Amino acid sequence: MSATRNDATASRTAAASTPFGLDGADTCVRMISPTGVFEPNAAAEEFLPYLDRITEADHRRFYRDMVVVRKFDTEAANLQRQGQLALWVPSHGQEAAQVGSAYATRPQDHVFPSYREHVVGMIRGLDVVDILRMLRGVTLGGWVPEEHGNFHLYTLVLASQTLHSTGYAMGMQLDGSTATGNPETDQAVIVYYGDGASSQGDANEALVFAASYQTPQVFFLQNNHWAISVPVARQSRTPLYLRAGGFGMPGTQIDGNDVLASFAVTAKSMDDARAGHGPSLIEALTYRVGAHTTADDPTKYRDPEELAYWVARDPIVRFRSYLKGLGVEQHFLDDVDDEAADFAADSRRRALEITGPEQSVIFDNVYAEPHPLVAEQKAWLERYEASFDEGKN
Amino acid sequence: MTAALDTSVASASLPMTKALNAGLRRAMLDDPRVLLMGEDIGPLGGVFRVTEGLIAEFGDKRVLDTPLAESGIIGTAIGLAMRGFRPVCEIQFDGFVFPGFDQITSQLARMRNRHEGGLIMPVVIRIPYGGHIGSIEHHQESPEAYFAHTPGLRVVSPSNPHDAYWMMQEAIASDDPVIFFEPKSRYWPKGEVRFDESGTPLHASRVVRAGTDVTVVGHGAMVSVLLQAAELATAEGISLEVIDLRSISPIDYRPILGSVQKTGHLVVTQEAPGFVSVGSEIAATVAERSFYTLEAPVLRVSGFDTPFPPAAVETHFLPSPDRVLEAVDRALAY
Repeated sequence: MSATRNDATASRTAAASTPFGLDGADTCVRMISPTGVFEPNAAAEEFLPYLDRITEADHRRFYRDMVVVRKFDTEAANLQRQGQLALWVPSHGQEAAQVGSAYATRPQDHVFPSYREHVVGMIRGLDVVDILRMLRGVTLGGWVPEEHGNFHLYTLVLASQTLHSTGYAMGMQLDGSTATGNPETDQAVIVYYGDGASSQGDANEALVFAASYQTPQVFFLQNNHWAISVPVARQSRTPLYLRAGGFGMPGTQIDGNDVLASFAVTAKSMDDARAGHGPSLIEALTYRVGAHTTADDPTKYRDPEELAYWVARDPIVRFRSYLKGLGVEQHFLDDVDDEAADFAADSRRRALEITGPEQSVIFDNVYAEPHPLVAEQKAWLERYEASFDEGKN
Repeated sequence: MTAALDTSVASASLPMTKALNAGLRRAMLDDPRVLLMGEDIGPLGGVFRVTEGLIAEFGDKRVLDTPLAESGIIGTAIGLAMRGFRPVCEIQFDGFVFPGFDQITSQLARMRNRHEGGLIMPVVIRIPYGGHIGSIEHHQESPEAYFAHTPGLRVVSPSNPHDAYWMMQEAIASDDPVIFFEPKSRYWPKGEVRFDESGTPLHASRVVRAGTDVTVVGHGAMVSVLLQAAELATAEGISLEVIDLRSISPIDYRPILGSVQKTGHLVVTQEAPGFVSVGSEIAATVAERSFYTLEAPVLRVSGFDTPFPPAAVETHFLPSPDRVLEAVDRALAY
């Protein structure tokens, strides 16, 4: 990394240099300018070789996934407004950070999401309607990670998953599944969390354990600038990527609305992790354009000009301009829009078909081995509810 | 380091610390996925020396001296269990478990349920607990009710070296998370450990002294207090039947209900504060299931509903044989 602003004064200067929070200025890795021109900055230089791994077909895939998930995201929020979901967690604005990092993982890797990484799940092979199942209130989980690209369950207690991911990565070391020198089979972990979660004790303990055991993992911190209504300045007086150094691991800040920067930096970090070079942290500067969840009202605490500032840096618009500059035909872009609309409509249709589980789910799988109290209560509820049917006869 | 204990003999007289050590060692020999995690459990062997010698025998990939962070220990143990390992975590003292409480109750306890049965969480959390050791704040507490109240956890507590040896192995073999409360005031007295068979399943309670007049129930260090009380009562012509609970969640009620059937009187005891306690739960359940056999209300003898006091006055706080007998007298006089 080039510049290191490691004191509060410098941070304030940085904050003052952009009107609405840090957008990284020159410290962050950026490949594509906000207007969609490929012009890597100095910080991006060491990561440029990683772009050789991807073709124009990959570029199109990145774009397609970003557009599709935004349409899906909008549809899911609509479903919540129509009473079909208990809650929705929008990812609008964070698509580039998520798509780029997800494509940098390999099939053998494990992904520990927070609860906003819908497109990461999609890229790893998850049917995103499974995410809707949890938010429709029919399950506390929704999928089997090992059968869906090792994409683990959403974790709702902030930063809890950072420790699980570190323990999992410790397990990869202990069972010899990493750092053997074979990049096709060596495994690593990527864990997603946010600027709000970065204040949790668990996030910090995970960094301590990861550094201590030199776990094969990447901490992917999406700094979307808001923890519900609290701005990132309340969480940290220093850019979050600089915290990594205090834990003894490399930290890199990226323009999180630049999908190529996200891909390249994550690819290098995951390579390093698989090769046994230990953990690292990536801070992706992005913005939560929508509400925290559908229960939130950002107009109560956010400056509309700040929103406009970030909307002008929209990751999809930026990448579309970039693709157009490459000569990508308009009909491809139109086809993607159509595909996204179909995907969202299909997701809506299937979401409405989700039915609730049997009441027995209350008692199932609380324990792996027989438990007399749970068994007794399950039998009691069955008898009790059956007694109403008897009354009708 | 000390030489590994020979468990090929039929039995040995051991303190609970060495019985636990032998149980851990046996489990580690039997299953390479078993690993130990905790603060100071490596070369030091733990502050109570329960893991003494194990890092020398099994290496630092099976015995992990961790950073000093309880949530980190439990949270990473969860990740290791997801990966197929069977971690045994040592919490140094009862009062230090709370930094890990969220990971235990919100994550560990629910992980299998959240995954709809798709994984197991074979994590054991060892917690030295209880008073009688004259120590400072946070070192003498009995927090078992918090864990017993949490669905998804199993909670056990041995009262003697033989049970400690076997229950440790059974807890590690369980596919569910087990909170393992070790009564630290019973760490040092020796007792006979039979290496051939356990004799009692992990979640069974057991009559440890037969009697006819009053049933007294307790777990961990309370069991030796109850046996002392029973001895004293004999001199007064009162016969106590003593039940060692062994398992706090689930609770095995058969021996308790069977005993109450016989005695008609029940006194439940614990070092923990009595309000919303394991003893309260037993009292309620026995009243529900055995109302007509009771000749007196079920009485509780507990620590007071105060913080554990300075050690200088702990004998006034902790249930003693005399406090147990005071309740026995009240039950019989009812």
